[in-house]
Amino acid sequence: MAANLPTQSQVQGGIGVTEPHTEHDEHLHHDEHHEQSFLEKYVFSTDHKVIAKQFLITGIFWAILGGTLSSLFRLQLGWPESTFEWLSPFLGKWIEAGKLNPEFYLALVTMHGTIMVFFVLTAGLSGTFSNFLIPLQIGARDMASGFMNMLSYWFFFVSSVIMFISLFIETGPASAGWTIYPPLSALPQAIPGSGLGQTLWLVSMALFIASQLLGGVNYITTVINLRTRGMSMSKLPLTIWSFFLTAILGLLSFPVLLSAALLLIFDRSFGTSFFLSDIYIAGQALHNVGGSPVLFQHLFWFLGHPEVYIVIMPAMGMVSEILATNARKPIFGYRAMIGSLLGISLLSFVVWAHHMFVTGMNPFLGSVFMFLTLIIAVPSAVKTFNWLATLWRGNIRFTAAMLFSIGFVSLFISGGLTGIVLGNAALDIQMHNTYFVVAHFHLVMGSSAFFGLFAGVYHWFPKMFGRMMDEKLGYVHFWLTFLGVYLVFLPMHYVGIAGFPRRYYAWTGFDMFSQFADLNRFISIAAILAFFAQFIFLFNFFYSIFRGRRATQNPWNSTTLEWTAPIHPGHGNWPGAIPAVYRWPYDYSKPGAAEDFIPQNIPYSQTQSSNLPYEREME
Amino acid sequence: MTVLGILLVLVLLLVVFGLLFRLQILTSIFSGSFVRDVGMSNRVNGILMILFLVLGGAAFAWSFIDSFDKMNPPIASVHGHATERMFWTTMIILGIVFVITQVALFVYSYKYQHKEGRRAFFFPHNNKIEIIWTLIPAIVMAGLVFAGWKEWSKITGPAPKDSVVLEVMGKQFNWLVRYPGRDQKLGVVNYRLIDATNEFGFDLNDNASLDDFVAGEIHVPKGHPVLLKIRSRDVLHAVYMPHFRVQMYAVPGMPTKFWFTPTKTTDEMRAQLGNPAFNYELACNQICGRGHFAMKLAIIVDEPDDYVAWFAKQQSFSSQNPDLLATFKQKSGNLVAPVAAPAAAAVVPAAKASL
Repeated sequence: MAANLPTQSQVQGGIGVTEPHTEHDEHLHHDEHHEQSFLEKYVFSTDHKVIAKQFLITGIFWAILGGTLSSLFRLQLGWPESTFEWLSPFLGKWIEAGKLNPEFYLALVTMHGTIMVFFVLTAGLSGTFSNFLIPLQIGARDMASGFMNMLSYWFFFVSSVIMFISLFIETGPASAGWTIYPPLSALPQAIPGSGLGQTLWLVSMALFIASQLLGGVNYITTVINLRTRGMSMSKLPLTIWSFFLTAILGLLSFPVLLSAALLLIFDRSFGTSFFLSDIYIAGQALHNVGGSPVLFQHLFWFLGHPEVYIVIMPAMGMVSEILATNARKPIFGYRAMIGSLLGISLLSFVVWAHHMFVTGMNPFLGSVFMFLTLIIAVPSAVKTFNWLATLWRGNIRFTAAMLFSIGFVSLFISGGLTGIVLGNAALDIQMHNTYFVVAHFHLVMGSSAFFGLFAGVYHWFPKMFGRMMDEKLGYVHFWLTFLGVYLVFLPMHYVGIAGFPRRYYAWTGFDMFSQFADLNRFISIAAILAFFAQFIFLFNFFYSIFRGRRATQNPWNSTTLEWTAPIHPGHGNWPGAIPAVYRWPYDYSKPGAAEDFIPQNIPYSQTQSSNLPYEREME
Repeated sequence: MTVLGILLVLVLLLVVFGLLFRLQILTSIFSGSFVRDVGMSNRVNGILMILFLVLGGAAFAWSFIDSFDKMNPPIASVHGHATERMFWTTMIILGIVFVITQVALFVYSYKYQHKEGRRAFFFPHNNKIEIIWTLIPAIVMAGLVFAGWKEWSKITGPAPKDSVVLEVMGKQFNWLVRYPGRDQKLGVVNYRLIDATNEFGFDLNDNASLDDFVAGEIHVPKGHPVLLKIRSRDVLHAVYMPHFRVQMYAVPGMPTKFWFTPTKTTDEMRAQLGNPAFNYELACNQICGRGHFAMKLAIIVDEPDDYVAWFAKQQSFSSQNPDLLATFKQKSGNLVAPVAAPAAAAVVPAAKASL
């Protein structure tokens, strides 16, 4: 091992702390045959690649569950007059005389939101790819602290177990919406789900936040300190920039959610009145006076809004990378892409109250937040234009990952544009909490982030498992999902413009909400079919882990560092010295070059025919 | 038995699917396309991109036009017309951007699909273009923000002094309504006084509350500003009146408000829609528990004269509950002037004065 480079010895030091030296050497020599115990290698592993896979598999589990819950409530919304006796073997007492229990319906939407936002699109997406790609793409042997990284997964695991258990308890899981606004979430008299179910929810989220912070500190430290020789911040792939900024957002905003959760626990269990005031419920006037439910909303959305960027930014980074690789073109406006990520990160902290225009907040504050909210559309627009310019005059290979990336851009446009309506306070009066909002965020952060996740899995699967996923199944999966998402969420806008409120068990009681029964049934059918299309992906994923075509070292002819590592990288990633970096990550189709890509670790001295004037000095 | 049958069919389907999948792999190995980087499927995906754009775009346009009439709740308030105009203006601007970007995305995908021997154009950045497409969205946004801010300030500004005042209180799971009576003042309410009879928590020691009356539905006069005061007595609710483009949360411990001016009476709207059963409705739009989806209240917009007549007929809460009034007097021990049931003759001018 070349220990003469300062960055490398640093990394080795980091690894040596967590692992016996002999074992470490063994990795480097026979990277496919480890002598570690099963427990060390697959369960309590400190290897970032194994931890990434653990996050991914857990995320997949949660995604199936979250999707199942949505299919259940879509059944209710599509067929509000029907009975669901046939579901009683699964749902037991939640089917009352053939009808779905309305409180369980609320539990379903609450848990669907919680699971998808936090457990799938935060932990499953950022947890998987930040872990997997940061060390491999910046040229590090592992995360700054492998042990903390392992803790991050296991905190998430325990948090998952608690949330999962809460689905099966007598009074049902948390049912106050994923935003858990008090007083509903504070008072078991108001809804049974606010009893033990809500307690478990809060405990689980506290552990989840701990997991996020452990992970986030690690990602930030690693990106700042462990970049290989030559990897300046201006040579980082956009994936790393997005993971880095995502981690900063999480680190600054998740603690605020923890504080909100703690205060809510105090109100629930210790008789304080942070969020409760003047309440008469279940035949009793409560003693609480002086609290403010709106205060909770401020605290919640101070995390809640950055959270949507925590979900979408990693997807943006991966999509940028995959679009450039498969269009065989440099990403257009690399610096503008970083600038817009920075702009989004900064602005995401000062727009939270656009979720609260009509909650009784001072209207002047509403004006301020409307102004700030609409500014954030500008960096988002810049990103979109840059992606389009990247495709322009490219030489596009439609891999499954590329299809999902193009799908991502399409969904991000469709969902992002309606945000301009909702960010306008005067228009939000009518649209707030209607299906217009539901359609908006399911496109712009839900489906888009899912598309980013799929794109990432298809693209980096060869690096993760040394085998390829089946491309044809990937195509079928993409087209069914893409079509399904639009069939579900475009008509949902119509329902929303008509004013249909969200979290309604049925709209049949209102004359003004009686006109779209057929459209709602259509949406339900499309949603359930799109959900079943995901099993194609599941089959492809698990089949390919064991029987997929063997991958080559750099199957996509990509420029970034992870593809210079062996097909099955051991713990430490590179058997010999870590490659140094000489150029930015997007030298695709450079005029004068022999190949249509030049990896980051190729010095300018070897590419004299393609060097640009200012690069000649670096030869 | 049927369950077993279904399971069996499913298993067989899976087996068939698996076999087909293996067969597909074997044939592609045999034909050599298994190892090819860019094969026929690239072309197929390119064509599907264009098909998706054309067919999907057409289907979207058709379904949008088909559903358009059902989409727009008829408008019955002054500011509703303004926000509706702004909504559709914004949607048109967004629609233009939507079409341009989506067409570019799918057309580029199709047009620049892989061709043997061609090389992509090395085009890492262009400052001029980038400045232009940063500035244009910024300018459009500035316009939208300004228009939105002006309208929002108008809507949320102070209600006119001559507004008709009424209060709505949300509870699990229905709405309570009270009017200030002829003194035009809503009396004090206190959540600790709530019980089965006194659902609002009237404090009848407050003289202003003695003539307050409760109603089973909202009545408002056409053409006059209405100030809606909003409370909740248990969890969050939200007053949502789509026809009037009105929405505001009901927050326990923090009264909120919203004012608007109705423009069409219930009868006029019935005639316009050709639906004699039509009623304006108020819905709860913030998750509040089991009965959230059924928290409905009727709103009736009257001609001003009808409203005055209706107002005059109402009996005050205190006069309907003399026993409760007596207990208040006993407890406090002070002397509250007994209020007779308001005589219609006295109330009418008061109600008129409020208009």
